[in-house]
Amino acid sequence: MADNKFLVSFSPHTRDPLTTDKVMMFVVLALVPSILVSVYVYGFYAVKTYALAVIFCLGLEALFLKIRKLPVTVRDNSALVTAVLLAMNMPPSPPWWLVLAGSFVAIIISKQVFGGLGQNPFNPALVGRVFLLIAWPAEMTSWIEPSTLKSGFMFDAVSTATPLGQIKSEIISSGHIVSTGMADISDLFIGTVSGCLGGDSAIAVLIGGLFLIWKRIIKWHIPFTYLATVFVLTGLYWLISPEKTLNPLQHIFAGGLMLGAFFMATDYVTCPMTIRGQILFGFGCGLLTVVIRLFGGYPEGVAFSILIMNAVTPLIDNYMRPASFGEVKS
Amino acid sequence: MPFFGFRGGVHPDYNKGATSGKPIEVMPVKEGALYGVPLAQHIGAPAKPLVAKNQEVKAGELIGQAAGFISANIHAPVSGRVVALQSLPHPVSGKTAGIIIEASGEQDEILPVNVSEKFQETVLNAGIVGLGGATFPSNVKLSPPKKVDTLLLNGAECEPYLTCDHRLMLEKTEEIIKGADLIRRALNIENLIIGIEENKADALEAFGKFASSYKFELVPLEVKYPQGGEKQLIKACLNRTVPEGMLPLEVGVIVHNVGTCLAVYDAVENKKPLIERVVTVTGAVKEPKNLLVRVGTPVQDIIDYCGGFLGEPRKVVMGGPMMGFALSNLDVPMMKGTSGILVFREEDLPDLKQCNCIRCGRCVDVCPMGLIPSVMDRFVVREMYESLADWHVMNCIECGCCSYDCPSRRNLAGGFKTSKREVMKVLKAREAEKNG
Repeated sequence: MADNKFLVSFSPHTRDPLTTDKVMMFVVLALVPSILVSVYVYGFYAVKTYALAVIFCLGLEALFLKIRKLPVTVRDNSALVTAVLLAMNMPPSPPWWLVLAGSFVAIIISKQVFGGLGQNPFNPALVGRVFLLIAWPAEMTSWIEPSTLKSGFMFDAVSTATPLGQIKSEIISSGHIVSTGMADISDLFIGTVSGCLGGDSAIAVLIGGLFLIWKRIIKWHIPFTYLATVFVLTGLYWLISPEKTLNPLQHIFAGGLMLGAFFMATDYVTCPMTIRGQILFGFGCGLLTVVIRLFGGYPEGVAFSILIMNAVTPLIDNYMRPASFGEVKS
Repeated sequence: MPFFGFRGGVHPDYNKGATSGKPIEVMPVKEGALYGVPLAQHIGAPAKPLVAKNQEVKAGELIGQAAGFISANIHAPVSGRVVALQSLPHPVSGKTAGIIIEASGEQDEILPVNVSEKFQETVLNAGIVGLGGATFPSNVKLSPPKKVDTLLLNGAECEPYLTCDHRLMLEKTEEIIKGADLIRRALNIENLIIGIEENKADALEAFGKFASSYKFELVPLEVKYPQGGEKQLIKACLNRTVPEGMLPLEVGVIVHNVGTCLAVYDAVENKKPLIERVVTVTGAVKEPKNLLVRVGTPVQDIIDYCGGFLGEPRKVVMGGPMMGFALSNLDVPMMKGTSGILVFREEDLPDLKQCNCIRCGRCVDVCPMGLIPSVMDRFVVREMYESLADWHVMNCIECGCCSYDCPSRRNLAGGFKTSKREVMKVLKAREAEKNG
């Protein structure tokens, strides 16, 4: 006499209140300080770019799921996280079609064709960024001078170079750093340097990142090992040849490293799940970033490093399985 | 006594307040009521029925004989007449063979247990099984094939909502200790350790008064689920790791629930068979209670005795919320291992809508057995039992921490539980291959 009155399901019958959509919302919340800084610095451009990215990413995801006749799961907020991170990884004032192209690659090519949420091997926002960087290098590196909110609303942006980009080209052309005061620590810290839309403000990223660690959304292992590796390795290089690179503090504050370490390398889907796996992952990201920054053709290297480490994540998860309780080595 | 703790675990809302202050109340036997007594209330072989239809039985009379080494005796919980030998609803297996007894008006007498010279035999005669929930026949556990140096008493009661052990520890403190002492003497065990979670300060205090006279160590346990898991408790109190696939015996320890110790005491000293136990009835019932209930009482009767439902019930759970079983109907009888009856309304229940695993790793962090549930879940979905075996699914204690913490609401622990049978086949085949 099966009685449908009572719900029968597997134990446990009580659950932690945190759900996936809330996890994603926490990440967006943690990005708010960075969003605010970018709006302060780039004004209307920032608002426009964020808005476009959100509309395109959510719209494309919904459209794709509709076409495939799958439940439209846009409300899990994962596309929202991708949208905000993608926007932050673009120049402050990209043309609308560049945002659309980036959103398409991030949401459709990098995420949905693999099976959607949780199934993508690479971080969608970073795949979007790297695709755009290779396909439209000029548009993706058209930086504008940071200004205050007021001047940002007037369309008189002055084009400029990023600190890391400037130094890279100086080293390539003359073998050493020419300009001084290019990457002032306080500018890097607050974010009043030119660069991508978001993530240039180390302090804003740090506030968000620490919030996520405090809320136990992410663990400290990846950001810490990532930043520490970059700090130590660039520090060693800087001690040997200070004329050829920025000091280690400038390195960890400049460019997208902070954003990458706290928000992109820690992307659940594409990073290892065990603590020792995460430590190895963070170290790998750091090592690759330093190699690219010091010896490669690109001034940045964060996106490439994380994507390469994303590729080895399944391997790390497989080979670094910790011993289970009381496991007897056979 | 140092406290070593264990890795992983979760902190669910305890929700014990509704019943923790309520003394144990005896639920009287109702004349004419039907008591359905399953023959399998324990791990192992079901008992063999000894009675026929229409036979008159006395409370405490042996009606089911332990069949085989790992099995337990079953006694008539009430005096009355056997009205049927038929299948009864069971929360796990769906149906189980049982004996239905109609209670008579005369319930004063309970037949005494045959107390034997041999301690283990008395325990067997009384039909005692582990009352913490695992229901392993106690006489087997109390016949260790090797030397045991520590008897560990489990008073953690880490499952939310449940307060039956808590109340027993307060109201039957000395009896529990005496029961443990009986075990200690019979098995010649040097150390006795009693572990109680720190949130039961009154119970810790009650036991503390006897610590010197009975020579045991009292360990306040960290409030964390599954603190009362056998392997976790041993790790936390003694820093000994039970090897995978082995029993606590391997590290010289026997763990017993406090309720089991009381049953042992009652059997030896009062000649009382195990025909009743304390159950916490709480959640959406009008009067939440800790009730001393006869085995075989239908859940419906117990809920009625607690004033009925409060609001519209949506889920009724037998046991605790972390490991208990959801009931499909209320004719299910109370069994020896039933520690709680919990009623949830729609609004009390979590949204169980699943989505894809986002690989957040929370299940990995909380697994007290050091497993990787998220990866194992993929194997469950794809029915990859070889891989499940390689990822040590057999080491899973089904505590439910992974499912509890999963933001995507994946049915992790449930999937492992149901996969184990297939994994066993894989392991047996491997064993056979190894032995040629």
